[in-house]
Amino acid sequence: MPIQFRHKPGLVVYLTIGDPDLATSKQIALAAIDAGADVLELGVPFSDPLADGPVIQRASERALAHGTRLTDVLTLARELHAERPQAGLVIFSYLNPVLRLGLENFCAQAQQAGVDGVLLTDMIVEEADEYRAAMRRHKLQPIFLAAPTSPDTRLEKIAASSEGFVYAISRTGITGTQQQMTNDAGQLTERLRRYTQLPIAVGFGVSSAEHVAAVGQFADAAVIGSAIVAIIEKSAPAQAPTAVAEFLASLRLQPAAV
Amino acid sequence: MSNATATEPHTAQAAAGRFGAYGGRYVPETLMAALEELERAYAEAQADPAFTSELDYLLRNYAGRPTPLFHAARLTEHLGGAKIYLKREDLLHTGAHKINNCIGQGLLARRMGKRRIIAETGAGQHGVATATVCALFGMECVVYMGEEDMRRQELNVYRMRLLGAEVRGVRSGSATLKDAINEAMRDWVTNVRTTHYMLGSVLGAHPYPTMVRDFHRVIGNEARQQILEMEGRLPTAIIACVGGGSNAIGAFFAFIPDAGVRLIGVEAGGRGTSLGEHAARFQGGSPGVLQGTYSYVLQDDAGQVSLTHSVSAGLDYASIGPEHAALHDSGRAEYVSANDAEALNATVTLARMEGILPALESAHAVAEAMRIAPTLQRSDLLIINLSGRGDKDMGILSRELKLQGA
Repeated sequence: MPIQFRHKPGLVVYLTIGDPDLATSKQIALAAIDAGADVLELGVPFSDPLADGPVIQRASERALAHGTRLTDVLTLARELHAERPQAGLVIFSYLNPVLRLGLENFCAQAQQAGVDGVLLTDMIVEEADEYRAAMRRHKLQPIFLAAPTSPDTRLEKIAASSEGFVYAISRTGITGTQQQMTNDAGQLTERLRRYTQLPIAVGFGVSSAEHVAAVGQFADAAVIGSAIVAIIEKSAPAQAPTAVAEFLASLRLQPAAV
Repeated sequence: MSNATATEPHTAQAAAGRFGAYGGRYVPETLMAALEELERAYAEAQADPAFTSELDYLLRNYAGRPTPLFHAARLTEHLGGAKIYLKREDLLHTGAHKINNCIGQGLLARRMGKRRIIAETGAGQHGVATATVCALFGMECVVYMGEEDMRRQELNVYRMRLLGAEVRGVRSGSATLKDAINEAMRDWVTNVRTTHYMLGSVLGAHPYPTMVRDFHRVIGNEARQQILEMEGRLPTAIIACVGGGSNAIGAFFAFIPDAGVRLIGVEAGGRGTSLGEHAARFQGGSPGVLQGTYSYVLQDDAGQVSLTHSVSAGLDYASIGPEHAALHDSGRAEYVSANDAEALNATVTLARMEGILPALESAHAVAEAMRIAPTLQRSDLLIINLSGRGDKDMGILSRELKLQGA
């Protein structure tokens, strides 16, 4: 099923899979979908997460400490797809674990699992020809990041290379929470609109109902990552799914007009 | 030495940032504008005589180029084979080759109007060179360094602070060079509009591997001219240690077209052959992407990057510059390893034979020369690129070595 946003703005939830363990990640993912997440980004833990702030770094270390692998994330995707087929599923990874599994092999397994899209943090459009070809063969949607520092010439290429949605980074920096949405996010979304009809999701630093409402003024969806990973870090594993669901309820999501 | 110090325009092969299959750009999108700006600024600077003449002036009169090529007569006699020369990068200001690149990038940062400089450092040599150039140009300087490296190279930490740099300790991972690069990249992603990342080796995304190599090509250019003047012929081999590989590629590059000259890179064999005990990327590694570039990486079967070990902080890194990966695959260069014990032994040998104390990194190259010199003829010529001096290693040497009479 193609990625669909059923809320205005839509909600994308990022989880570091394997934190605190695979079974709990699955329960959190199900709870997040039931609490309104339109799309889940299933984060693959990596040893060198250079685009991530301390919260997701620590989550990656915990997930790797008990050996979470990309193939485990794909297995989880298959289970989630079977149980909640309405939710969009995106594999969110650094490039190296994907290369190690093999681009073709990865895409084939992701397609079989029912994955909709893939976002590779350190894959830029200029290097992506082979990747996009493999994605196309397996009917997967590549999602690229757009940054406030990206000039229009790059935004045009990013928009043309993306499918499903475009991920607009709200500010320069690594993942993590912030006090308020910067003007960067609105300006970037406006610039991107010149080049694409695709939905635009805004992420990095989105952590409250106010942020989500602010993002909804100009973009199609909000991505929440570190705020949720921090809740999981603070919760006992058995309570984590409920804690995440309560947090998502506090965002007061509105159904999209049909 | 008419053209010994200026850089030359880079070759067409590097224009796309690829060395065979290796290299490229694998970074968060936020950095792409800065990388494109740097690439443009570098291309413009190379075509600007004012840039090349200022670089040339500073390399001569600030850094101390050209460096001598020294015939190590007693070491040659001791080993009883090939005639050994030392390319004395250890005599440069700040004590290692790293200053070549820092002066070049400092001038570029000034052209780009960026007054805040960040850098990573392993052994501290690149950090010291960066702090030095920032003092020279009046720039703000932040150096990221793994806490394990801060412990074993504490003299360099003090030295950087004395020069006015802020040294930020990094605790994640193995708290060594790789983790310092991650943290420097995070800083750069956050402050990219005002900050230049003074990357210290031929690593990272394009244009760094090409640009940093070009700033070090002067090593091989000088050495080639010097050996021709002194011996009237080219060497049998040139030997250099390889962490990221900046001193090695700088020494090798001028000799690449000389098919008869062996190019030998020496990786850190550490304390064992299992993953995690060494930093010999060509013995235990496989192609992958780490920190912006596609090259050989020490990694597990799930694509997670391995921890590494070497007695020398400057070689203790899980990947290697992409141009070395290409030279390895084509067979033009050979890559071997020397272990911790061999490097320590080479340090003492060179100190006692020649009165020259090499950095532990450079001692790996000395160790390989000691291994092969006795197998060669007296007519053979070996050049060791002595990339740095060992003053910084006094703490670790006094712990690791049990000297007679001590």
